[in-house]
Amino acid sequence: MTLSTIWVLAEPSNGSFTTTSLELLTHARSLATNVAAITWGEGGQLGALAGEYGASTLYDVGDLAGALPGVPVAAAIEALSASGAPDALLIPTSYDGRDVAGRLSARLDRPVLTNVTGLTDDAGLVTEHPVFGGSLNVKAKFTGAGPGIVVVRAKSFVAEPSGGAAATVVAAPAGDSGATGSAVIATSHVEERTGPKLEEAAVVVSGGRGLGEASAYVMIEEVAKLLNGAAGASRAIVDAGWVPYSHQVGQTGKTVKPLVYLACGISGATQHMVGMKGSKNIVAINKDADAPIFQIADLGIVGDVHKVLPALIDALKARS
Amino acid sequence: MNIVVCVKQIPDPAAPQSFDASNNLNRSGKLILDEADTYGVEMALQLVDKAGGGEVTVVSMGSGGDVAGLRNALAMGATKAVIVSDDALRGSDALSTAKVLASVIARESFDLVLAATESSDGYTGTTPVQLAQLLGLPSITFAKAVSIDGSTLKVSRQTEAGYDEVTAPLPALVTVTAGVVEPRYASFKGIMAAKSKPLEVLSVSDLGLDGQVGADGARETIVAVEAAETRQAGEKYVDEGDGAQKVVAFLESIKVL
Repeated sequence: MTLSTIWVLAEPSNGSFTTTSLELLTHARSLATNVAAITWGEGGQLGALAGEYGASTLYDVGDLAGALPGVPVAAAIEALSASGAPDALLIPTSYDGRDVAGRLSARLDRPVLTNVTGLTDDAGLVTEHPVFGGSLNVKAKFTGAGPGIVVVRAKSFVAEPSGGAAATVVAAPAGDSGATGSAVIATSHVEERTGPKLEEAAVVVSGGRGLGEASAYVMIEEVAKLLNGAAGASRAIVDAGWVPYSHQVGQTGKTVKPLVYLACGISGATQHMVGMKGSKNIVAINKDADAPIFQIADLGIVGDVHKVLPALIDALKARS
Repeated sequence: MNIVVCVKQIPDPAAPQSFDASNNLNRSGKLILDEADTYGVEMALQLVDKAGGGEVTVVSMGSGGDVAGLRNALAMGATKAVIVSDDALRGSDALSTAKVLASVIARESFDLVLAATESSDGYTGTTPVQLAQLLGLPSITFAKAVSIDGSTLKVSRQTEAGYDEVTAPLPALVTVTAGVVEPRYASFKGIMAAKSKPLEVLSVSDLGLDGQVGADGARETIVAVEAAETRQAGEKYVDEGDGAQKVVAFLESIKVL
């Protein structure tokens, strides 16, 4: 190992750390001798969990008093770095993770590498980035002095506990936020969700522009429900305002690796493929026989989703 | 109410992408306004309208001298455009990009800076927050809805569970997700008017950033570009009324049913 210390941003979520945070802690163990986690809010209670996944120290930024995490957490990491910066910081690709990475990059005057799906050590940290729809892998290294900031996509690694002892919880010094820290959460709204989360579902059914109109998306939701799966979407129909951004699968959205992915009326733009090509099985239904999605589909149905999906819904209902 | 919108001119996303000899994205073809940025331009036009007037300034950087995408934003209704266009910017990373944009925006009088959550060619997705830090502004990313009440910004911000209502004092920076507003099409009148709207072209030297940006300023390097593992295409059938049954049989074969 050429890397001595890695810090991992461990995002608190419902009494645990997010799955991506645990994936990063797990992988960090194989790259560096010293792994520390950085958290805030309820995450400060999770010294045992951080230790179980390989962190020896859990730096706790504490209660953020309603502030969006990006600024205060980056300020605290900058303050921590002043008394010994790590070789690298691993940050989950998430709404708050990206805020922390951007803020920290400008504060430390160090670059960020994003959309990372692989991390190895070859006389220094090597990052891997799928580009052009995942057809090419770019490998990159940081240069110059100071820590590298790495933003890693979900499911790049498998989370496995190491059985380590509880991490020592250390209060992180409050950094200087100044005027930048004035964005505060007034209220939080939880959208009702039935069925599994998109990133965790064994079955994902996604719709695209081939649905023709927003109202046709109910077919996607119906098939997803009948298969106990989650409903996803291509960027095209999210951009068109048919479904919320939280459904988006792809480069700009979520990465999914379900047991089976059903792409309905999705042509397979490179931006979409990179988010789902890791699925175990892929089924594609599309009118255009030349659609790129068929190149990666285990089963391809050249047909109109407006005919195939109603028939599929009937067939699935008949079985249940 | 003056609003600055960060925009990027990108190669047509529908065309195949490739690298040039320096492993930079090939930008030799015609560049267009990133569709992801049209939401910010539209949002700015609507917010200025609601506030009773003001200027919408689009700010960009690039290396090839293209301005067609900026004319497009002006045709939608933006007041003026500023672009830092310089071959010395080739190879700039996200932080260098943020430094360039920050030095341009610092010259403007503004209440709000808008940007897309990420560009549709590089997808780095960190430039806006780096920019907010360099400008000393609060930021609210992943906005689904934006309103302004006096000097207070109110944003519905996307979260994993739903959304948060977030407030911040102006000036501030906001990144908008696609689909938040319906971008207007440029009218013929708008296109004609755009031809005579102010469009300022600056160089890296104009901003005093020589040697800090472009490939010189980047502190990461590509060590390899490799072909990724490919998936094999499986069976493909033309639906003749039996498509759904084929799907059911496949789901049975993998024990989903």
